[in-house]
Amino acid sequence: MSTTRKRVYGYLAEFKSASALYKAAEQVRDAGFRKWDCYTPYPVHGLDAAMGLKRSILPWFVFFGGMTGTATAFALAYVTQVVIYPTVVQAKPTNIFTIPAFFPVMFELTILFSGFTVLFGLLGLMQLPRLNHPLFASKQIHRATDDGFFIAIEARDAKFSPNGTHDLLAEIGGENIELVEEED
Amino acid sequence: MAANTETAPHQNTGVKLPVLKREKLIINDRSYHWITDRICGIIENKQPFLWWLLFLPSALIALIGVGGGLLHLVSTGVGVWGNTNRVMWGWPIVNFVFWIGIGHAGTLISAILFLTRQNWRTSINRAAEAMTIFAVMCAGIFPAFHVGRVWFAWFLAPIPNANAIWQNFKSPLLWDVFAVSTYFTISLIFWYLGMVPDLATIRDRCKPGIRKFLYGIFAMGWRGGNRQWSHYEMAYLLLAALATPLVLSVHSVVSFDFATSVVPGWHTTIFPPYFVAGAIFGGFAMVLTIMIPARFIYGLQDMITMKHIDNMAKIILLTGTIVGYAYLMELFVAFYSGAIYEMEAFKYRITGPYWWAYACMMTCNVLSPQIFWFKYCRENLWIVMIVAMFVNVGMWFERFVIIVTTLARMWLPGDWKTFSPSPEDQMLFVGTIGMFLMLFLLFLRFLPCINIAEVKWAKLESDPHFDDIESHPDEGAREIAAYQQELTENKG
Repeated sequence: MSTTRKRVYGYLAEFKSASALYKAAEQVRDAGFRKWDCYTPYPVHGLDAAMGLKRSILPWFVFFGGMTGTATAFALAYVTQVVIYPTVVQAKPTNIFTIPAFFPVMFELTILFSGFTVLFGLLGLMQLPRLNHPLFASKQIHRATDDGFFIAIEARDAKFSPNGTHDLLAEIGGENIELVEEED
Repeated sequence: MAANTETAPHQNTGVKLPVLKREKLIINDRSYHWITDRICGIIENKQPFLWWLLFLPSALIALIGVGGGLLHLVSTGVGVWGNTNRVMWGWPIVNFVFWIGIGHAGTLISAILFLTRQNWRTSINRAAEAMTIFAVMCAGIFPAFHVGRVWFAWFLAPIPNANAIWQNFKSPLLWDVFAVSTYFTISLIFWYLGMVPDLATIRDRCKPGIRKFLYGIFAMGWRGGNRQWSHYEMAYLLLAALATPLVLSVHSVVSFDFATSVVPGWHTTIFPPYFVAGAIFGGFAMVLTIMIPARFIYGLQDMITMKHIDNMAKIILLTGTIVGYAYLMELFVAFYSGAIYEMEAFKYRITGPYWWAYACMMTCNVLSPQIFWFKYCRENLWIVMIVAMFVNVGMWFERFVIIVTTLARMWLPGDWKTFSPSPEDQMLFVGTIGMFLMLFLLFLRFLPCINIAEVKWAKLESDPHFDDIESHPDEGAREIAAYQQELTENKG
């Protein structure tokens, strides 16, 4: 007879509304947990503060991505129009003073590079795409994309304890508390 | 006065003032689950007969018009088009500007209305963004084939080639290449990222199988955790901030194709703002044209309410009036400049052989939206639909007037020639209309046509302080109340 070993991912608890989730999140934060998350069908504004999350660092990536775009466009236009192939067209000079004519392309590439940085920076920060996640083993997590509000506390958090965490979630108003296990 | 304003919030603590009621964006108190069910139901259930009735002809027209039309064009040569020497831009560029303009309303709704916190955008932004992408796809066909030998279209890209010639970065035509391709790419990223949470919703509702797998791939493993939402919302804000100047730049750059030339009738500084206003005007008309039937067919009246339609009608009225102002200002400046060629160009537009196109443009774009001053007309869907159709037609004629009447009458009398489109021209244009409708119907069939997550967010009880509003008063609302109090005190 074979047995399947299972690895505990953590506890998942449902809360009945966004308000209830918000208050519960403040308490989980104050209890000192680090590896936990709130799952909601839409972005609940203010939950970042209730969870103690910092502002996303994405804008910094995008700033440098955008600047790369500006520099790329300028280099592309300057090198081809002034250095390699200086041609007088529309009576415009072939030196650095041609730069106003390069502005539209510089602007467009700034936006284009920023846009790609948003896309790939976001995927990196969210650690997506991924094909599966231990949480998907839960029977109720699919409701997080419909009408459910959940908190999941991971077992790898230092403060996690099988009974203590369960009791905490029950105390702050969690319902349908479930131990999520993934097959090892 | 300044001191008054600073102390005002403290003076007015505890004073209850009447606050104007806002109309709800989601009516009939629908639950989150109802919203999910109704939007995902469109994808999960069998399509209504009307969908097939629209889809099959559209697909057929697209196949014959775009597929067959382009095959004939490429195998024979662009000579089959009606373009003549002088009117060398002809229909293809008219159609290009028409389609690219349509796209602008989508970006306006998704980006500019997001930055200005217009929450009513949530119900219509997804479909409008889809419309943007399909319109830009239709637009792209025309300049790509208008270059003559489409297999050399890659010459537009600034890459080293065997001729050792580089693109002219001083030319508005090259700016256009960058503007339009950037616009398409950013619109696609915006649309797709906005859809990821909703694709996850559909994934979670699917039974295991090929559908679940495919939606799962495109949802990229989205879980809806707040650690994801936090970055996601920042990304959405950044994309909106990037797309806002982008959308204004795209039609400005398109207008540079005209404005930087020294052609009478084109060489005007009013062109960039006038083109942008016209693009938003035409785009909103197209949003109404496709959303009113979709709303009816799929029963989305609780999410796309009369309030949304009313708002869009008002934007059409506003932008239509701006466009009317631009038309009149163009005439005035032509008169005031004293330049005989400029005056002659406009006289030819109004009284020449193309007078009917000019009259059509004026009637459809300037006069027809004016009926939206009346509430009754904004509330009657038939009237809204008819005006939207008028605007679609009028905006096409605007581009026809600008391009064809100007090129038909350039500097040298020896160049003067009137233009008439060939059957191939007409076939391709009708084909792109079919292609646009076909793509939009496929979008309705396979993707969530309303932003599920954002619509849920727009409900009042989605605010985490909905239960304890007293202990978390809205700062903004308090300031407004204090200001109103101050006004009444000053009056007294």
